Amino acid sequence: MQTKRVTFRGSWLAYLLVLPQLAITAIFFLWPAGEALYQSVLQEDAFGLSTNFVGLANFKALFNDPNYLNSFGVTVIFSVSTTVLAMVTALVLAAMADYVMRGATGYKTLLIMPYAVAPALAGVLWWFLFNPSIGVIAYVLHRMGIPWNHLVNGNQALILIIIAASWKQVSYNFIFFLAGMQAIPRSLIEAAAIDGSGPVKRFRTIIFPLLAPTTFFLLVVNIVYSFFETFSVVHATTEGGPGDATEILVYKVWHDAFISLDLGGSAAQSVVLMVIVIALTFVQFRFIERRVEY
Amino acid sequence: MVENRPIFTFFAHLTLILGVIIVVFPIYVAFIASTQGSSSFLSGVVPMLPAGHMIENYRTILDSGFAASAPVWRMLVNSFVMALGITVGKIAISIISAFAIVYFRFPFRTLAFWVIFVTLMLPVEVRILPTYSVAAGLNLLNSYAGLILPVIASATATFLFRQFFMTIPDELLEAAMLDNAGPLKFFKDIVLPLSRTNIAALFVILFIYGWNQYLWPLVITTNQNMTTVVVGIQQMVNSADSDPRWQLVMGTSILALLPPVLVVIFFQRWFIKGLTEPEK
Repeated sequence: MQTKRVTFRGSWLAYLLVLPQLAITAIFFLWPAGEALYQSVLQEDAFGLSTNFVGLANFKALFNDPNYLNSFGVTVIFSVSTTVLAMVTALVLAAMADYVMRGATGYKTLLIMPYAVAPALAGVLWWFLFNPSIGVIAYVLHRMGIPWNHLVNGNQALILIIIAASWKQVSYNFIFFLAGMQAIPRSLIEAAAIDGSGPVKRFRTIIFPLLAPTTFFLLVVNIVYSFFETFSVVHATTEGGPGDATEILVYKVWHDAFISLDLGGSAAQSVVLMVIVIALTFVQFRFIERRVEY
Repeated sequence: MVENRPIFTFFAHLTLILGVIIVVFPIYVAFIASTQGSSSFLSGVVPMLPAGHMIENYRTILDSGFAASAPVWRMLVNSFVMALGITVGKIAISIISAFAIVYFRFPFRTLAFWVIFVTLMLPVEVRILPTYSVAAGLNLLNSYAGLILPVIASATATFLFRQFFMTIPDELLEAAMLDNAGPLKFFKDIVLPLSRTNIAALFVILFIYGWNQYLWPLVITTNQNMTTVVVGIQQMVNSADSDPRWQLVMGTSILALLPPVLVVIFFQRWFIKGLTEPEK
């Protein structure tokens, strides 16, 4: 790890300074994570009187459980759709904002607003717009001959939470794409324009390839977001339903722990999720490190 | 703009305006709904223009709340305390630990760094139950400490400060040492003033992060008087299906999204810098 050429002496002060951070990390992160690992290999009997060591049985049960596999599938569909929708929309908007320049600040101010809106609220706002009896969008869809009722139709409920989750994430992606585009030297764009390539061709052959690092970074961030930070979108609106059509993994972990009180199963799910997060973080950091070395 | 292409420029503006409409529309409709009287939701579709019940609705929401919830002013206070606590706490503990890691050499320094690094990996969502039982064991349920403490350890801010401290020229430290300044004096008179913009940027991002917390407040508070406004809305939505007082639900939503949205709009420059810079 990098260090300063000169440093202070007196390590007791240094310990004192890192102590608060380390204490909180140990109490609220390491201990619970250890607890989850430990719980995941135990099983309580039906009366909660004794617990037995069961090895990997909880994990085996998990991956044989059709409900869990269904939840995995829902999460993948949800995650991929949210990421694609949020990134493509943001990329188009950023490219346009980068192109017009005039009025770009005004557009930017409005487009970054949803970043500040809590995912739960994003869910509630769209839930209201699509409300089968009074929602505006549901009304328009109905007029167009598409009966909308996310309370009974699982696919429609899934579409609803995908829209709400990506609506919120467009802002974040937009900020990064625009910053990335504005970092591209103007002379490159102008040279290409003088050579006669239009805005679309310039985007395809210059801007988009140069944005590759930003795109990759956002890809990881968006997947992490849609996997782990969307609990509230589901909890505030569909509550996993109808049936289990919108039961994403983070919702199931919470539901199995706090509603069904299946401790071992929930702990095993936590461990699976931790492995996914660690893998994604690893990818992300490898990539950032590589870029710093350029 | 590098060339003059009126048709393409028109198309670009059109796309942007469409984007803005999609972004603003849900918030607009929520605001309109919050100005309606209770009869507006009994029949047909939501009106698209404001009606005159705004003051009356917001008074009801703030003073008494509804659907067996605490009054919304109480939830807003809770949200403010939690958001500010998380923001200030995170900045304080991470700036001092980053300072120790950069400016001292001590045994287990690398270990300390990695322990902090690990926290970056584990969002509360994936270890919710064990974290809850730890907090319950420490008697933190239904308290501000319980809402704030478990959330304030995060590696992000520590990394940001560490990265920034590495760019402070070594000459400053040498000069301070020649003048016999100790570490605390160096921190107070040199490092802290130099970090002002970074602190401002982090403040905006962390305030939004803190305000929008959901899962943790949901499990740690069972007492209505300790709920935050973002969590409180969920109960109102559930009751709105049977008792359609959407004007109150949407009014509460507007109150819940206003503080962070205003922060983002007014501190836009800092906020964008804080978001995009550590990534570079």
